[in-house]
Amino acid sequence: MKLESKIPGGPIAEKWTRHKFELKLVNPANKRKFTVIVVGTGLAGASAAASLGELGYNVKSFCIQDSPRRAHSIAAQGGINAAHNYPNDGDSIYRLFYDTVKGGDFRAREANVHRLAECSNLIIDHCVAQGVPFGREYGGLLDNRSFGGAQVSRTFYARGQTGQQLLLGAYQSMMRQVSKGAVKIFPRREMLDLVLVGGKARGIVVRNLVTGELECHEADAVCLATGGYGNVFYLSTNAKGSNVSAAWRAHKKGALFANPCYTQIHPTCIPVTGDHQSKLTLMSESLRNDGRVWVPRQNGDPRKPSDIPEAERYYYLEEKYPSFGNLVPRDVASRNAKTVCDNGLGVGSSKRAVYLDFADAIKRIGENGVSAKYGNLFQMYEKITDENPYKTPMRIYPASHYTMGGLWVDYNLQSSIPGCFVLGEANFSDHGANRLGASALMQGLADGYFVIPYTIGGYFASEKLDKITSSQAEFVDAAKSSKALIDRLLSINGKKTVTEFHRELGHITWENVGMGRNKAGLEKAVSAIPSLREEFWKNVKVLGDNVSFNQNLENALRVADFLEFGELLARDALYREESCGGHFREEHQTPDSEAKRDDEKFCHVAAWEWKGDNQPHELSKEELEFENVHLMTRSYK
Amino acid sequence: MSGNMNLTIKAWRQKNAQARGGFETIKLSNISPDMSFLEMLDVMNEQLMKEGKEAFAFDHDCREGICGMCSLVINGLPHGPDNLVTTCQLHMRKFRDGDTIVIEPWRSAAFPVIRDCAVDRSAFDRIIQAGGFISINTGNAPPASTLPVPKANSDRAFDAAACIGCGACVAACKNASAMLFVSAKVSHLSYLPQGKPEKQKRVLAMVEQMDKEGFGNCTNLYECEASCPKGISVEFIAKMNREYLFATALYSEKVYSTDA
Repeated sequence: MKLESKIPGGPIAEKWTRHKFELKLVNPANKRKFTVIVVGTGLAGASAAASLGELGYNVKSFCIQDSPRRAHSIAAQGGINAAHNYPNDGDSIYRLFYDTVKGGDFRAREANVHRLAECSNLIIDHCVAQGVPFGREYGGLLDNRSFGGAQVSRTFYARGQTGQQLLLGAYQSMMRQVSKGAVKIFPRREMLDLVLVGGKARGIVVRNLVTGELECHEADAVCLATGGYGNVFYLSTNAKGSNVSAAWRAHKKGALFANPCYTQIHPTCIPVTGDHQSKLTLMSESLRNDGRVWVPRQNGDPRKPSDIPEAERYYYLEEKYPSFGNLVPRDVASRNAKTVCDNGLGVGSSKRAVYLDFADAIKRIGENGVSAKYGNLFQMYEKITDENPYKTPMRIYPASHYTMGGLWVDYNLQSSIPGCFVLGEANFSDHGANRLGASALMQGLADGYFVIPYTIGGYFASEKLDKITSSQAEFVDAAKSSKALIDRLLSINGKKTVTEFHRELGHITWENVGMGRNKAGLEKAVSAIPSLREEFWKNVKVLGDNVSFNQNLENALRVADFLEFGELLARDALYREESCGGHFREEHQTPDSEAKRDDEKFCHVAAWEWKGDNQPHELSKEELEFENVHLMTRSYK
Repeated sequence: MSGNMNLTIKAWRQKNAQARGGFETIKLSNISPDMSFLEMLDVMNEQLMKEGKEAFAFDHDCREGICGMCSLVINGLPHGPDNLVTTCQLHMRKFRDGDTIVIEPWRSAAFPVIRDCAVDRSAFDRIIQAGGFISINTGNAPPASTLPVPKANSDRAFDAAACIGCGACVAACKNASAMLFVSAKVSHLSYLPQGKPEKQKRVLAMVEQMDKEGFGNCTNLYECEASCPKGISVEFIAKMNREYLFATALYSEKVYSTDA
């Protein structure tokens, strides 16, 4: 398939302005004739639903949770980047753009990233106007903190609950549109299929999670804002309900899946304690501003951390990366934690952890100072581990956190299916092979507030859309095949639970497609996942019925999709014979163990096309051009 | 880490809103004190399903105490016996070997049971929809730096904004009052200059919707504050009552600015 990115012409800083002018408009009276479905109510989905409703479109908003306010964006802690340069430390839109392209290890689309940086300031202005209580100085103006991968302080924050406050802002704006009748919400609904009519996305089939009923909804366009696929690792910092299903069903209807191997392993999570572990908890990366990462120099040092003298501590990030120190990007921090633990220097009962120590920060700004910045994170840590991080260093270890890959979209955020737009983490476009801290919130909100309202208008104004109803054949057929899938799951009545399969899949993916990947491991994953999938369809135990609230069935449907997606994840990682950002192929590293890209062969987006059950995917490439930020070896030393 | 607790769970089972519910007794062994409460329930559900019994339904999602989806009244206490945590952040080390643990849903007429301990909290969405927002369209915002907010007000607004909308306040209250939830949103927005233009209209609309949903009134027992995982203070209820009083006396769609 030929992939047209539709990047506008002109100099990088003028592309978006020019494109907004060139996009055709829908006049205000005509907007109410169009219906837009938005799936997902995280930052991207809620902001899109609110903004589209404000413009006058009819919006139908769907989410799997009991309320749109609960989408997993709410758990983002640290902050949101913007190029306002309030601290007067040299920031600019161009610098934010530059840092993001470099941080993404030259695997993102330059034009998208520049647009993102341009929107960043508008987002802060808008969120303040919505009443988001960002951290402020005594003078009443907004405060900033620094974050990984940048040498300026450009991160706006709301204590350790930035995602929560931004999401509630977007949710409240969306609920305002609900009160005006512009947006209609459908909570506890899970998308099971995307419906195409005449090759265009015209609706969805959802399962009502309370009644089991399959509902068909028609529209003029469908926006998927359904988040990432981190739960393919079973243990991740994602919410338990986060899943790949909506994106995967769209993929099976023709939307290309781009760069699935770009997954982010977050360096600062609470380590696993045992087999019962159901999810991992992230401690915001902002902690690395004041916390120092170290391990004992001596292998298996039995002493308490406080008894280990300074000279016998290995501050490996500060030593190896003197200019960025503890604030190196996430992939670098994670990989280094893995390396020191692989070398036997890990701490805690599992020996798969490193210390994050606040003793110096407490000396400098006192316990109160630390508490004002990170109080809720410290409290959370103590609740989970039963240890007081003011007294003893935190123990942290990397965990799957964010996925940069996603459905392929053009500059308009449209997937390879006309009328199917993909927003936020669910698309692939802005973070390349690694996302910088505090950039996910920025991207979700940029897509929803400031990009889709323009580009969807361009689509409506230039396409002829026939009148359709949700009772026509395409919808009926889609609902029938969803029903068949559900009936099949309920009829297996095997011996293993859905969670057992999910955990096994997670074991395969974490061991072979996790922080360090190599050919042998990936080949193992590529053969093990299809066998596990086959076993799933023969031996899974799904109880209950499809006419009531059935969480077992919900979960089974999601895991079934992960079992297909996981194979593509491994295949993409196997295909990409280079290391870049979060994708680290052990065969491709520099003598000092840094990621080694291959720009000759892999400076492109790998977008995969579904060709049918158990058929190999077909690869399409979008070449990436770096006209502004020139290709170079990423160094944080 | 190996488990070393044996527990007896009495879990509320109810097929749907219409059905009659009752407690089911389930014996669990080998529970680790490091497990979260929900991980203990995961173990219980795996055990039930292996026996061919349907899993116990409960709401949960982020499992890090911020989404507000998990609920459960545990031994009579919403979110259980620990302070300032949601059920997902409650750990089994708060219980002892041999304990019997009683698990019930949020009980309120405004929160009908969907199944077992999963309830319908859409009443909260309708209260926000009635006025829990600032009327600003995308694109309309003034530059953020033009609006200084005194740090104390900003901090107070934040204290209120920390509400996660879980509904523990309602479950804890003998009147099933939602005043803590409503007052938190009213206060969050009215402490900020951005929220002032609509503050009277907002408090009237939100309180009206709250009453319509069937939540009870506040009789100052402070059970809500005690059970709130985010420590939202009942002082916000007092603030809301003041705002409400002024608004009923002064607010009219036709009158210009009657800031109290």
